Amino acid sequence: MSTNEESGISRRGFLAISSATLGGVMLAPGVRLIEVASARVPEQAASKQVRWGLLIDTDKCATGCDDCVKACATENGIKDTGHPRTDAQWIRKVELKDGRSGRTHSVPVMCQHCERPPCVAVCPTGASFKRADGIVLVDRHTCIGCRYCMMACPYKARSIVFQDVTDQKPEVPRGKGCVEGCTLCVHRVDQDRQPACVEACAKAGHNAMTFGNLNDPQSEIAQRVAKFSTSRIRADLKLDPGVHYQGL
Amino acid sequence: MTEFSVYCQLGGTDRRFWGLMAWLAIPLVLGAAAFLYIEHYGHIATGMDNQIVWGLPHVFAVFLIVAAIGALNVAMAASVFGKADYEPVAPLSALVSMALLVGGLALLMLDLARVDRMMVAMTHLNTSSIFALRAVLYNGFLASVAVYLWFLLERRMNRYVKAAAIVALFWQLLLATGTGLMFGAMVARAAYDSVLLVPVFIAFSAAYGTAVFILVLLAACRWDSRPIAEELLRRLKNVLAICVGASLYCAALFYFSKYYVARSHDVGQFLLFDGGVYTALLWLGQVAIGGIAPLALLMRSQVSRRTVAAAAGLVVLGGLAQVYVTVIGGQAYPQILFPGMIETSSFFDGEVHPYKPSLAEALFGLGGVGLAVAVIAVALRALALLPERLDQMTRPQA
Repeated sequence: MSTNEESGISRRGFLAISSATLGGVMLAPGVRLIEVASARVPEQAASKQVRWGLLIDTDKCATGCDDCVKACATENGIKDTGHPRTDAQWIRKVELKDGRSGRTHSVPVMCQHCERPPCVAVCPTGASFKRADGIVLVDRHTCIGCRYCMMACPYKARSIVFQDVTDQKPEVPRGKGCVEGCTLCVHRVDQDRQPACVEACAKAGHNAMTFGNLNDPQSEIAQRVAKFSTSRIRADLKLDPGVHYQGL
Repeated sequence: MTEFSVYCQLGGTDRRFWGLMAWLAIPLVLGAAAFLYIEHYGHIATGMDNQIVWGLPHVFAVFLIVAAIGALNVAMAASVFGKADYEPVAPLSALVSMALLVGGLALLMLDLARVDRMMVAMTHLNTSSIFALRAVLYNGFLASVAVYLWFLLERRMNRYVKAAAIVALFWQLLLATGTGLMFGAMVARAAYDSVLLVPVFIAFSAAYGTAVFILVLLAACRWDSRPIAEELLRRLKNVLAICVGASLYCAALFYFSKYYVARSHDVGQFLLFDGGVYTALLWLGQVAIGGIAPLALLMRSQVSRRTVAAAAGLVVLGGLAQVYVTVIGGQAYPQILFPGMIETSSFFDGEVHPYKPSLAEALFGLGGVGLAVAVIAVALRALALLPERLDQMTRPQA
C-alpha cells in the first residue's frame, strides 16, 4: 500500500487503468473493422435487420437482352451442356404478352427469396433454408435430391444438377444430384458487392435492376418501392417475395 | 365352442417355389441394375428434367404406398369393426399392406438424386415438412401393423388385437392424410392445390389396396388349391365394387371442382379435355378400365374367382393410370406465373412439358413392384399366414 502511495498510483487507480487498457486492446480491432468495412466478416452472422431484395423496372428491361442471364452463368459457373431441358437456369428472361391488350414485357425471373418460402417448408432435411437477411439458399451438404422443393416452388426457380459438374467456381460449389437456385450472389453480397446480374444490367446501361436492403428506409430500393407502384409474382400466395417488379 | 382355422405356409415343392422366386428375380435384378445405372450417370439417365422432376419411379412408388394404405382395410374390418368373415384373412391383409409399403418406400428412397445421403435423410428431419413427416408416418405405420400382426398370430397377445388394430387404423388414417396433403397442400401446382385430395386419396387407397389384396389372396389360394368360401368372395367383390364406386365419385368431384372454379378452370380443361396422353389415360385408364369396366364385372350377380380377379386387375391398371395422370400430368401442366399473360422463356415457361420415361426408370419402377411381390411370396412361404381352408368361416388359430 505504502509503495503505491509513494509512486503516486493507488491500487484502485492501477486496476482502472489496467482494465481500460485491456478493454481497449480487446475492443479496438472490432471497432476498427466496423469502421473500415460494412461487409460481414466470415464469423459474423447475417442480420435480421437486413432484408435483401431486388427491384426490377420492366420498362427499362429490354426485350432480347439477356446480359443478366449471361452474367449469372459466368459468375456461378453454369454451363450450357446442349440439353436445355436438363440444364440449370438460375435466372431466365420471361417474355410476356398481355392476352387482351397485346402489351409486351420482358422480365428476368429468379428465386424470389420469399419471406415464407415453400421450398424451406417442404424440405425434408432442412437443406433449403432462409438466412436471417432473407436470402434463400440450399445447403449442398444436406440436400438429398428429393426435388420436393422444385415441386413446391411457385416460381419454377430451382434446378437440379443432372450430370457431373466440372470446373466449378470455388465460391459457388455445385454437384450432381443437388438442387440449386439463385443465391442473390451471396458470396458477393457478403463482400458488400452487388449481385452479378445487377452489375451486368447497370454495365449495359439499362439500370433495370436495383439491389439493396428493403429494411433500410434510406436505401434506393426501399425508397423506390415506397414511391412507385410495384408488384410481386403470385402475390396471391402471400409468400412475401423479396423481388419486386415495377411496370407490370 | 369356437372353431379355429389351421394356418399353414405356402405349400408346394421347393423346386416350384424357387421357380417362382426365379421369375420374381427378373424384375428385382433388372430394377437393381437400373438403379445402379441411374445412380452412376445421374438422373440424366431418366426422362425427367427440370420441368418434370418426379417421373415414373414416383408413379410406381405413389401407387404402391396408396395401395398399401388400403390393403389394410380388410384386417381393420375384421379386428376393429368385428367383421368375422374377414378374420381368417386379416394376417394376409396386414402382410400385403406392409409389403406394398416396403416396395413403395424402397423406390422413393432409391430415387433420391443423392441416394448416398440416405443417412442424412434419416438424421436431419425438418418437422415443418409434410414429406419429412411422412417418413415418421411410414415407420409408425409399419411398426403398428407389425405389432398388430404379431398380436394376431401370438396366442398370448390375442386379447390385445383390437387395441393394436385401433392404433394401426389411426396410423392408416394419418398416413393417408399425409399422402393426400403432400399433393393437396402444394399450392405451386394448379393440378394439386386442393385439400379434397385427402379424401380422394383415401378412396383411391381403398380401391387399389382391396384390389391388390384380392389378387394376392386369389393367387395364393390358386397356388395351393385352397378353397375359398363363396360368401367371402361375394363380400370381397361387394367391398371392391363399393370402393371403386367411391373412387369414381371422389375423382369426379375433384375434377369437377378443378374445372368449375375459375382460378383452376384451365388446368381442369387441360386434364379433362386437352391434355393429350393425360386426358386419354384419365378417361380410358382411370375411368373406363379402372372404374366402369370393373364395376360392370363386379355388379354381375354370379360370383367367380376369375371375374373378381379380372375386376381387381383392371382396378390396378386404372390406378396406375390415375397416379400417372396425377403425378406426371400435374407437372406437365405449366406453372402460371403471370395470370392473363402469354409466357415464353428459355426455361419453357407457359408450355406443356413433354415427358418420355426412359427404359432405366421403367425397369427401376417395376423393380419396386417386384420387391413387394417377393416380400409377400417369401413371407407366405416362411410364415403360416393363411388358413389351409377358406371355406369355413372360423377364427384364426393362434
